[in-house]
Amino acid sequence: MSQTLPDLVPDAKLKLPREAERTLASGLTVIAIRRPAVPLVELRLRVPFGRTPLPRATLLSQALFTGTGTMSSVDIAAELQAVGGGLSAGLDPDRLLVTGNSLAAGLDRMLEILAAVLTDPAYPKEEVATERDRLVDHIQVAQSQPAHLARAALLKRMYGRHPYAVQTPEAEQVRGVRPGQLRSLHADRVRPEGSVLVLVGDLNPEKAIDAAEKALGSWTGPGKDGDVPPTPPLEPGPLLLVDRPGSVQSSLRIALPAVPRTDPDYAALQLANLVFGGYFSSRWVENLREDKGYTYGPHTAIEHFLAGSALLAAAEVATEVTGPSLLETLYELGRIASLPPGEEELEQARRYALGTLRLGMSTQAGLAGLASMYASFGLRLEHLRGHSADLATATRDRVAEVAARFLAPSRAVVVVLGDAEKVEAPLAALTSVTRDGAVPS
Amino acid sequence: MTRRRDDDHAARYCQSVARKIKIPATKYPVERFTLDNGLRVVLAPDRSAPVVGVAVVYDVGIRSEPEGRTGFAHLFEHLMFQGSENLEKLAHFRYVQGAGGTFNGSTHLDYTDYFEVLPAGALERALFLEADRMRGPRLTEENLRNQVDVVKEEIRVNVLNRPYGGFPWLKLPPVMFSTFPNAHDGYGSFGDLDSATVEDAQAFFERYYACGNATLSVAGDFDVAKATAMIHRHFDDVPSRPAPSRPDFDEPGLDGERRDSYTDRLAPLPGVASAWRVPDPIGDFDAYLPYVVLAEVLTDGDASRLVERLVQRDRSVTSIGAYLGFMGDEFQVRNPTAMLLQAHLPPGGDADKVLRTADEELDRLVSDGLAPGELARTQTRIATHLLRDTDAVLGRALPMAVLELQRGRPEMLNELPRLIGEVTEAQIVAAAATLRPERRATVEVLPGAVT
Repeated sequence: MSQTLPDLVPDAKLKLPREAERTLASGLTVIAIRRPAVPLVELRLRVPFGRTPLPRATLLSQALFTGTGTMSSVDIAAELQAVGGGLSAGLDPDRLLVTGNSLAAGLDRMLEILAAVLTDPAYPKEEVATERDRLVDHIQVAQSQPAHLARAALLKRMYGRHPYAVQTPEAEQVRGVRPGQLRSLHADRVRPEGSVLVLVGDLNPEKAIDAAEKALGSWTGPGKDGDVPPTPPLEPGPLLLVDRPGSVQSSLRIALPAVPRTDPDYAALQLANLVFGGYFSSRWVENLREDKGYTYGPHTAIEHFLAGSALLAAAEVATEVTGPSLLETLYELGRIASLPPGEEELEQARRYALGTLRLGMSTQAGLAGLASMYASFGLRLEHLRGHSADLATATRDRVAEVAARFLAPSRAVVVVLGDAEKVEAPLAALTSVTRDGAVPS
Repeated sequence: MTRRRDDDHAARYCQSVARKIKIPATKYPVERFTLDNGLRVVLAPDRSAPVVGVAVVYDVGIRSEPEGRTGFAHLFEHLMFQGSENLEKLAHFRYVQGAGGTFNGSTHLDYTDYFEVLPAGALERALFLEADRMRGPRLTEENLRNQVDVVKEEIRVNVLNRPYGGFPWLKLPPVMFSTFPNAHDGYGSFGDLDSATVEDAQAFFERYYACGNATLSVAGDFDVAKATAMIHRHFDDVPSRPAPSRPDFDEPGLDGERRDSYTDRLAPLPGVASAWRVPDPIGDFDAYLPYVVLAEVLTDGDASRLVERLVQRDRSVTSIGAYLGFMGDEFQVRNPTAMLLQAHLPPGGDADKVLRTADEELDRLVSDGLAPGELARTQTRIATHLLRDTDAVLGRALPMAVLELQRGRPEMLNELPRLIGEVTEAQIVAAAATLRPERRATVEVLPGAVT
């Protein structure tokens, strides 16, 4: 019995949630978005943190909740738990990011605790020492992970002397950080001006902003210029081979140029990326995995930082097929840079881009992440309308033209982490190869 | 024992927080019915976002693999994506993603799930795709060999080429359990994977992938009557096959402490994981549930007992976590299962000392009970986690499909926050009292990396 695939019911018009926004006297922008599906609230706070010293900034993000003038780390955690809450912090090259959530009824309390952490941090000696040791151990573990090593090598290769070149501090550098340095870095850079607080959930947007204003009113102080210079253009060159003796897989990493979200080429580039390798039904995944069986989870994505964007591709391939994997990868890049995509495969990528955008907005956490990330680039959820329209209308010619400029193999920066003794010759058969020092395995 | 300096602090505020906040509940409506061919269906409509989640769960997992075929349940999961009656290879992925959706599947000890999340207008397409492969996947030699290669790369990424691969979910069961179903490596040996045949796959499908052995659930933005009609349209003609009888995988508990260790050539630091058998999560749910709360009392955040003691005070571990089920699927696992406690240690760390301290803290909990407010705040935080998971359509579709499959009670998803909130201190203490060294299985990972 043969049956036909049911048609899709066209999507309803994109509906944005109810939201409110206010910039407080301190310069903190607060955005509150209503999605009452579950009785919770999500919190994201992004504080500009560009050009901060990496070891201190990283430890600060790990030690942010170690204590205030009146609360120990245990108090902070227990008080948050009491309202179903939790807060944690992380760092990217541009921002300090605080992430949290609680029961909706606990929003005021969570904001009070956040305010105490922001305005009255203690960085107690003992607790900071504990977090410092943990961070050192964590870095050591990261350095035994191929994904981390490959990314670190790629970033260095891409960014050279630019601050983005190193995004994880050395263990030794972290060992030297003192609590006093965290206190001064906090006083200097954990400032409301230029920061954005996003609250999403079962809330009244105006009232949530009032609550934030009340709780965070004492968080004041001008922001500092943390602007990072624009990233340098990628410089294609020989494939960089990083030795990891005994590795049973090679980590293949490729960087290509990209444009920011607001660029007129962005929607077309996003579609070209999807067709190439940005989702499962892409050429690269169907070729490398579903046809050849060389790899499990190859993927590509456009990564945006404030000072520049890049298209990154990553695959872990069996050591024995490292050469053939590069061959297929260069072939697929060459193909998309040289020939226009098929009508049907472009439509498929377009529907995926438009559909997953809706999926991403369908939860409180998804909305919070999206709104916070957008806001840190000066965008609002409203941008989704224009972006959706751009995705819907990008023509095949436009996608082909953008692919030719951005996905050309001649523009690629390629790094392979693997067992150099086994993979160097097969790689050198395809392209020129340069070696870096060995990393511990 | 000495008390840490923060205790005064803790006691002071705790008295004021005997649950200031009521634990809320969700009220997702749940409809259930069974098709004539035996397929059980769960519908959980919620129109708060224009998306739907579809899950199909089969009552077969790692524990049902025959000897000599380790990893087969997972390999078979891959084969279910390789085409079916009306679908060429690659078609499933393309149709889901070309509808703006995402997909995946995963293999657990007791079940295997397949799911899609899509814009609401693609619901019928997802149902068509699931029905088509429920009638039968295209099992070919070429697809089998291709997916054996893919699975080997998956194992290399997740186990062989990274530090702490398979720790502890693949390393602890062989220490704790004696029978093949419970003890063996669910990812499988390369030898077993290589020797798998199309005939094996066909037999596995015939036996376990019967619609009487499956549940279908749909959550999200749909009309119940329309969705019901669609489900009849696509699934009514899936041939009826009865569910196979499911063996009881129970085995006797430990009669003494069990220990093992191994060297991980990629790991720079030591680690340790212990497991204790717990009551039957389904047959004895009331006795099981307190362990779920206990795990969080022990390790949820800086105010939990073992984090406070081992991470902050003693600094004898860098991280520690307790959870139920080897795959962390506390409400989706059958007997026999365990509560796990796993920790990563600093350089030169002493696993024995960590275990002794954990024992000490358990003893203290058993003899002194909980601090004022400790239970309430832990329960409240668990409620947030549970509610947060259900905000996603897949966070409803998937657990409801499994709850239907294993318990016939998908609506339990709405009840879990309340049930967690009803666990008493006496139950926590009684649970903690069972976590004795002589009932414990432990595996230690020794660092083998040159640093």
